[in-house]
Amino acid sequence: MRQLLRNTNFTFILGAGLVFILVQALISVGVLNAYWQGIIFWGAAITMVSLGLNLIYGFNGQFSLGQFGFYAIGAYASADITYRWVRNDPSALVVVIFGSVLALVFMLGVSAFLRRFYGVATLAKFLFHFLAAVLGFFLAVRFVNPAIGKSVYTALNALPSGLSQQIVFFLALVGGATLAGIISYLFGIPVLELGSDYFGIATLGFTIIVKVLLDNTDTLLPFPEMKGARGMVGIPKWTTWPWVFFTFMAVVLVMRNLLHSSTGRAILSVREDERAAELVGIDTASQKILAFVIGSVFAGLAGGIRAHDMAFLHPTMFGFLPSFNPLIIIVFGGLGSMTGTIITGFFWIFLLEGLLRLYLPEGFETWRFVVYPLVLLLMMLLRPQGLMGRYEIAFLRRPLPPPRVKESPPAPKPIPEAGEVAV
Amino acid sequence: MKGRPENLSPEVEARPVILEIEGLTHYFDSLRAVHDFSVTIKEGELVGLIGPNGAGKTTVFNLITGVYRPTAGSIRYEGAQLVGLPSHEIIQMGIARTFQNIRLFANLTVLDNVLIAYHPHAGYGLADSIFRSRRYREREKAMIERSQEFLEIFGLADRQNDIAGSLPYGLQRRLEIARALATQPRLLLLDEPAAGMNPQEIDQLMELIHFIRDRFQLTIFLVEHRMRLVMNICEWITVMDFGEIIARGKPEEVRGNPQVIEAYLGRQAIR
Ligand SMILES: Nc1ncnc2c1ncn2[C@@H]1O[C@H](COP(=O)(O)OP(=O)(O)O)[C@@H](O)[C@H]1O
Ligand SMILES: [Mg+2]
Repeated sequence: MRQLLRNTNFTFILGAGLVFILVQALISVGVLNAYWQGIIFWGAAITMVSLGLNLIYGFNGQFSLGQFGFYAIGAYASADITYRWVRNDPSALVVVIFGSVLALVFMLGVSAFLRRFYGVATLAKFLFHFLAAVLGFFLAVRFVNPAIGKSVYTALNALPSGLSQQIVFFLALVGGATLAGIISYLFGIPVLELGSDYFGIATLGFTIIVKVLLDNTDTLLPFPEMKGARGMVGIPKWTTWPWVFFTFMAVVLVMRNLLHSSTGRAILSVREDERAAELVGIDTASQKILAFVIGSVFAGLAGGIRAHDMAFLHPTMFGFLPSFNPLIIIVFGGLGSMTGTIITGFFWIFLLEGLLRLYLPEGFETWRFVVYPLVLLLMMLLRPQGLMGRYEIAFLRRPLPPPRVKESPPAPKPIPEAGEVAV
Repeated sequence: MKGRPENLSPEVEARPVILEIEGLTHYFDSLRAVHDFSVTIKEGELVGLIGPNGAGKTTVFNLITGVYRPTAGSIRYEGAQLVGLPSHEIIQMGIARTFQNIRLFANLTVLDNVLIAYHPHAGYGLADSIFRSRRYREREKAMIERSQEFLEIFGLADRQNDIAGSLPYGLQRRLEIARALATQPRLLLLDEPAAGMNPQEIDQLMELIHFIRDRFQLTIFLVEHRMRLVMNICEWITVMDFGEIIARGKPEEVRGNPQVIEAYLGRQAIR
């Protein structure tokens, strides 16, 4: 037993399992009412967005202000899928899933094709990928949905209703996240080449564009059910604690395993010194796109979780001011620390949206954005590396390999004779 | 042959060309940093490029490795044109380099620095990493072992988990060479590897350069602005001043060349 407890994987799983059971028990007994449940779910969602941002900014060094745009895309896309589904319309489900698959296949084809040519202009690259994605979704709308929409609906509904709902919710979450990933990929091709500062500005622009589009979903875009600036209502409230927990754990595990791999080290090397990374053979442009897309997929996933907890979406939820929350969280928690992000993410929502909202007077809302920057400023002055610096709990820490066991006694000179070490 | 001294041994001349640069010219806006530079290097040679500060030596290395795109000229490596290729592809083709001002991944560990250079040869993908597949575990283990072998060769084995930026200067230089070799090059470009070293350290470095050349069967192209190292180990030397080649030959020939003495020693005497 003591041996087991020393195994970090075991202790982590044990701890996570206990948290899962504890929260589930508190919910079942009714100690955690809807309000506090909502706070926990919200905390998980914001933490997932923040982990994604930390991957992009803290680990890869690319300053993004666009993660709330992808959060919004994931939220609205998955909400549209389930909204239509419960109204006997499988079109959004079919279009998002099959359109994404087709778009991904076409985009892969385009990249494989373009790789044969050297020095393709970035804009041309973007255009080809964009057209590939548009073609994918066009085919899904025009041909796939009319052809198989009905049968998908009948097939899924033949399952027990509880099961079909879970499957649709799963597909909605995956669809929203994939859509966020595809859009971030398209956006990243031209913009990541600009360098971190310009990238920050461009991604801020992206968040604003998404917000404007959301304000006009019923006029500019053909989605009357999203109701533009009035807010989308009637989304099924399907987010439950197990969904939150397992989605969150998936995000943490994927990010950890990615960072502990060779690709993870390549991502870090870009942050450390992009030029040096390129000159030891790292394709830095690909590493930047990869981190950006994965971070955005996390944001899209979080959006789906949040949308189906709120059962209601409004463009202001994804506006300019709240879009700074993930940035504040990762700066507080420590750029390059997953542990810090997780602690600060939950704490931030718990404190500001949970506790303070209950106890502070109404007018506080308007003061928040005076207080936040001041707190952030103090933080940067007093502890610029964040609460955690780059600290990680054992489970998340990159392992330090033990020194090599030498077959032969160590050579006295640092330079051994040729042939002694087989390289 | 162009780009080489005339009087090298026939045995060397018979070897295949590894790097051939012709008419290389580069302007930074209106500043002519490199003008009509050419050099032809054969496999297994150890060639020096010298010249006073600002002569354009580092710029030549930056052009070879794709950091800048030359205004004019051609760079062929093992027959393939390098001009226009992105840096990482040039490196993956088998050219590695170090930097005049050390550029390590200073916040990462010594071992990580070497592992990163192995990344193109990792041999497992994203899905393997995320699901911790068997291939991930095996390849990762193999990568770590090979990197540790490198660290041992360079006398860095007991520092593997230290932060690279915390190493003393001499070891940082060594680590940078180790990292460059981890990319598995056939041509190694060393930019002032002896910068900031005392005579004793320079002797050690010379030993190291000879050792790695034999051990990894490298061709080495070496930039220095100080004469000592180059004169001792290079088989032949190209001398640059103000972006142009002013002399070429074996060390003893170059040392006696009046133009070199004027450009080089003359200015150093003034300084
Ligand atoms: N990125 C750059 N932008 C503008 N000028 C540069 C740049 N890099 C080098 N130079 C100039 O080009 C000339 C050659 O520099 P460099 O190749 O570094 O010389 P060396 O390595 O021989 O000391 C110098 O005059 C230097 O100021
Ligand atoms: Mg230089």
